[in-house]
Amino acid sequence: MLTTLLSGDLPRSRVLAVVLLAILAGLVLAPFVFPGTRSLNVAAKVAVFVLLVASYDLLLGYTGIVSFAHTMFFGIGGYGVGIAMAKLGAGWVSLALGIALALSLSAALALAIGLLSLRVRAIFFAMITLAVASFFQILASQLSGFTGGEDGITYKLPDLLLPGTKLVEMPLLGVELNGRLASYYLVVLAALACFLALLRVVNSPFGRVLLSIRENEFRSEALGYRTVTYRTAANCIGALGATLAGVLYAIWLRYTGPDTTLSFNIMIDILLMVVIGGMGTMYGAAVGATIFVVAQNYLQDLMALASAAAKGVPLLPGLLHPDRWLLWLGVLFIVCVYYFPTGIVGKLRAK
Amino acid sequence: MAEALLALAGVNTHIGQYHILQGVDFEVPRAGLTMLLGRNGAGKTTTLRTVMGLWQASAGAIRYDGAEITRRTTPERARLGIAYVPENMGIFAGLTVRENLLLAARSGPPEDRRLEWIFRLFPAMQKFWHAHAGNLSGGQKQMLAIARAIVEPRRLLLVDEPTKGLAPSIIANMIEAFRELKRTETSLLVVEQNFHFARSVGDTVAVMDCGRIVHAGRMADLAADDSLQQKLLGLSLQAHQ
Repeated sequence: MLTTLLSGDLPRSRVLAVVLLAILAGLVLAPFVFPGTRSLNVAAKVAVFVLLVASYDLLLGYTGIVSFAHTMFFGIGGYGVGIAMAKLGAGWVSLALGIALALSLSAALALAIGLLSLRVRAIFFAMITLAVASFFQILASQLSGFTGGEDGITYKLPDLLLPGTKLVEMPLLGVELNGRLASYYLVVLAALACFLALLRVVNSPFGRVLLSIRENEFRSEALGYRTVTYRTAANCIGALGATLAGVLYAIWLRYTGPDTTLSFNIMIDILLMVVIGGMGTMYGAAVGATIFVVAQNYLQDLMALASAAAKGVPLLPGLLHPDRWLLWLGVLFIVCVYYFPTGIVGKLRAK
Repeated sequence: MAEALLALAGVNTHIGQYHILQGVDFEVPRAGLTMLLGRNGAGKTTTLRTVMGLWQASAGAIRYDGAEITRRTTPERARLGIAYVPENMGIFAGLTVRENLLLAARSGPPEDRRLEWIFRLFPAMQKFWHAHAGNLSGGQKQMLAIARAIVEPRRLLLVDEPTKGLAPSIIANMIEAFRELKRTETSLLVVEQNFHFARSVGDTVAVMDCGRIVHAGRMADLAADDSLQQKLLGLSLQAHQ
């Protein structure tokens, strides 16, 4: 049962299995164990980014495609929901329509980018994706009538997913069972389902061909595989995964703007999460995204505590000042890349 | 006599500004093993790569199984039943032995009987089934490369220097394996430097020099004729053994 669910790709490391279970338990139990708006926000973001990073790992880790357009597909999902909700009204039908349009647009774009440019060398493909993604970012900021420009769009969702909606009158374990909780579980379960689907893709014969392309494209061709077709298919699946992540994030935030979806900073974050977690492992996406998002949100708090504790010691309080959190995040990355070149999951599995 | 399985007629291949194949003509019959011999740089590997489509012929025609394939892409040629084992073995080092073999089985997982046959030929494949191919020894990598090419029945197997860098005892195993392969429906075209190996398994032979075929005939005739060997390959059997 578990083997089927994980497509036969078990963690193969006891520590990794424990870490993954902890992440899953944390996400499922977050509303009860860590109540509060902020912690729930972090948990939802972790779930969304696990899917987003996993879909990127399909490209970078499994197929060896370097793409900078992943946030564009993330944004298409976000804006698909946002624009549909804002313009068509907050119903289920318009939500479904927005998602369907976003997925179609992403698939068409990924197909076009793939067919036109996956024949060229990796560096040129990366540059083309960069250009298309920048173009999209500009488009989103200029079409302000549609997208809300730099301010983005805020919208309502179907009632079931709104915080004001009470599902059950009685609170459970002191937590109110409202629409906010419903949308949280929608996000977590959908992200989990998509993650498992991606795991299935990479462990299928199709995934094996992708791995062989990453290893050596010409050898793969000599075995009879049209590599352009396979890479384009991988590009499309990755794009659809990112779009769905964007959809979930938009549902959670009830807001879509350039900073939460299209920003190049997010692209860099995704890259770091894949590398830290471990490329070509899928589970690395889960580990990398969790560590990164949690660090992004709580490192400052931790440093404030450490800084206060180090009061009186020369230099230390200044170094540990919460404003210097990026410095320590940077140090963390360097240490990670230096000591875990195959990522955390690669390191754990190598033992 | 039936048409040859593979026929090259006036094939020219350029690599960048270099004119490597300068009109190659020869045939691979529908059964048995054809050796392609010649000095380093004669164009043997280029010939195999041109047949596989990894280099495009700039002139001439390649016919395979009654159809011209000169302009076909590499994957198309592979799907027509041509398998290629390059000199550097071309295995996927980061994948396991199992994954390497499954990749080559394009029409679904291989039959048990086929796998058992491969394991009998190359027992190391069964032993290291889940090992990363990059961790295998040189001889085992070569065995994997050949096993991968025959995991499904193929019509034509192109093998580039299967004995390169192998210990004599492993070469003996290879000779056995190739003799077994000859009993199947697969025709083989093998590039080789090791004359002992060539003599042991070859049925027909073509010798290349400077991008052309300079001799074609039966392997046994060449093996029996010291002066011809001396002339074509610059070696004598005694010196080589």
